[in-house]
Amino acid sequence: MNVLVCVKRVAMVGARIVLTPDAREVDVRQLGFTISPHEECAVEEAVRIVERRGGVVTVLTLGPPEAAEQLRDAASIGATQLVHLVSDAREWSPVATAEAIVEAIRHLEKQSGPYDLILFGNEAADTGDYQVGVRVAHALARPCVNGIKNLEISDESVRARREFRGGDELYDLTLPCVVAVKEGINLPRYPSLPGRMRAKKMAIEEVPVEWREGALHLERLRVPVEPRERAEILGNGADAIPALIELLEQWGILA
Amino acid sequence: MSNVAGVLCFVEYDDDGVADASLRALTFARSLAESSGSSLAAAVIGSISSSVLASLSLFGVNDVYQVASNGLDVYAPVGWARALGELIESSGAGALVAAGSDRGNEVMANVGASKGLPMVANCLSASWLDGSSIRLSRQRWAGSLIEDAVLEGVPALLSVASDGVLASPVQTPVATAVHEWQLQANETDASVRVVEWIGRGGGVALADARVVVGGGRGVGSEEGFAALDELAGLLGAAVGVSRAVTSAGWRPHAQQVGQTGTRISAELYLACGISGATQHLAGCRSAKHVVTINTDADAPFLSRADYAIVGDLSVIVPALVSAIQARKSS
Ligand SMILES: Cc1cc2nc3c(=O)[nH]c(=O)nc-3n(C[C@H](O)[C@H](O)[C@H](O)COP(=O)(O)OP(=O)(O)OC[C@H]3O[C@@H](n4cnc5c(N)ncnc54)[C@H](O)[C@@H]3O)c2cc1C
Ligand SMILES: Nc1ncnc2c1ncn2[C@@H]1O[C@H](COP(=O)(O)O)[C@@H](O)[C@H]1O
Repeated sequence: MNVLVCVKRVAMVGARIVLTPDAREVDVRQLGFTISPHEECAVEEAVRIVERRGGVVTVLTLGPPEAAEQLRDAASIGATQLVHLVSDAREWSPVATAEAIVEAIRHLEKQSGPYDLILFGNEAADTGDYQVGVRVAHALARPCVNGIKNLEISDESVRARREFRGGDELYDLTLPCVVAVKEGINLPRYPSLPGRMRAKKMAIEEVPVEWREGALHLERLRVPVEPRERAEILGNGADAIPALIELLEQWGILA
Repeated sequence: MSNVAGVLCFVEYDDDGVADASLRALTFARSLAESSGSSLAAAVIGSISSSVLASLSLFGVNDVYQVASNGLDVYAPVGWARALGELIESSGAGALVAAGSDRGNEVMANVGASKGLPMVANCLSASWLDGSSIRLSRQRWAGSLIEDAVLEGVPALLSVASDGVLASPVQTPVATAVHEWQLQANETDASVRVVEWIGRGGGVALADARVVVGGGRGVGSEEGFAALDELAGLLGAAVGVSRAVTSAGWRPHAQQVGQTGTRISAELYLACGISGATQHLAGCRSAKHVVTINTDADAPFLSRADYAIVGDLSVIVPALVSAIQARKSS
């Protein structure tokens, strides 16, 4: 089985988001980078499928040169083909991202055969656009489902589960298809030391891509005003328990 | 701005009536329509019950399209998107709005993909600037950051943040005209659809729990959760955890609170040994009262909680359990 996974490099914002002075970007100077937990799980799922059924896991990212780091992270847990659509640091619209990914997939499929399954994260951690996977699927005329937390693969189809109103709904899709997954579909492994070493040396196929303007024009970013400012300290250690119990009574939680 | 077309809102419902998230979407859509003095329409796939119709008039819907189709009464994102795409055209709507739910976002992405239109997810507010552009605010980072932007082009496709807009009805219910709409479903429309739904019994569902007892890395181990489980039992609460806990394999992901976990809306969130990263806080923004227990008085959670106890949870939680038990038996 040939599986392609699309991942996005995002800043690991911590307890507080700091913006650049022009309020158009997150100030990332103090921050590390990662991929979303959804996408980490997508990589893990692809690796498990290929471990069971044979095949190749290819991981693709569109991002600045530094995004090679995220490809190598994916390689350290088992991806063996790495594709980097190299852009400048500008932010891409989801429409343009999907277009560039589709062009790359068409090119890659000519080179090394069709992908049976293309995996996405349910949404990118930073922009949360909820759509790149669906757009790619439409352009390739393949069926697609989002928000998947369990995937069973057979020779010709996949059965996908998604949570809905306190239960699970099931979808059957014929291969080739596109699936966007959520964290919880699996528990990703930690990279092994040999895995890391291998990833370091792995070749990356680089394809330059031109940034395109989107339809949504950013004016500014802002950190929302939070309703809570500073907690009232009820006390230290177990001495605070009577005060807490009083609150629980007041809120009707303890009768 | 009388030349601006109306707003169409895709409405989700269940046996109890219109889904809460769709009531919020309707409120958002109405405010967009009002910004240009245009009308509000709704699209319902399947048959409209009297309780759904009552909610629609309560939320100011002038026209509702009842979409009937051969075989698409179960959820089928491609087919539902095609129905909405055709409705935009025939009703001449200038914007299509949906709840930022799994289905809402998925249907909107499909409308966007099939019609070659941009789609903006998780909006908080929007108003027409002129007949072809909208000024809007939307969530990024699951609401930890807000983007103010202008969207060019019609029809606009917008989904509404599930935790950022309050549902508010109109002062006097309007008369809602019901229009039948038929979709001739083809093979592609039904290629992806729900084939089965399986209920999951037992336990208090985290998303709906009235009280959530939270545990983070500070709980220390899988065994450390015994005291939290006991406390949750006494309070009729669900247990919620941080990603540090699910990554360590101490607890299943179904219990994770946050950006990539569950969003809770409890009366009380008692968060123990959780530092308060933005991605965790994104999951408890709708909690009414937040109390946190942490050894570190400078942990970020203390600036996002109502009350805090500074100290070791492995002492405080068992002591709280004993105090509640003593109170119950006295
Ligand atoms: C894209 C993305 C999405 C994410 N999504 C989520 C998500 O959905 N949910 C989520 O939770 N995280 C999420 N994270 C991870 C998040 O950034 C944090 O890493 C995580 O929430 C930390 O968990 P924690 O607070 O339990 O651990 P830590 O940050 O390590 O905090 C542990 C806290 O426990 C306190 N403590 C230690 N011992 C004790 C004791 N004995 N008694 C009392 N207090 C004690 C410490 O002072 C500290 O404040 C996401 C991250 C990214 C990048
Ligand atoms: N720049 C990118 N490079 C590769 N994949 C991406 C990129 N942006 C988004 N994706 C993929 O598309 C999914 C949905 O993203 P979005 O629609 O932007 O929320 C993400 O979880 C990724 O799997």
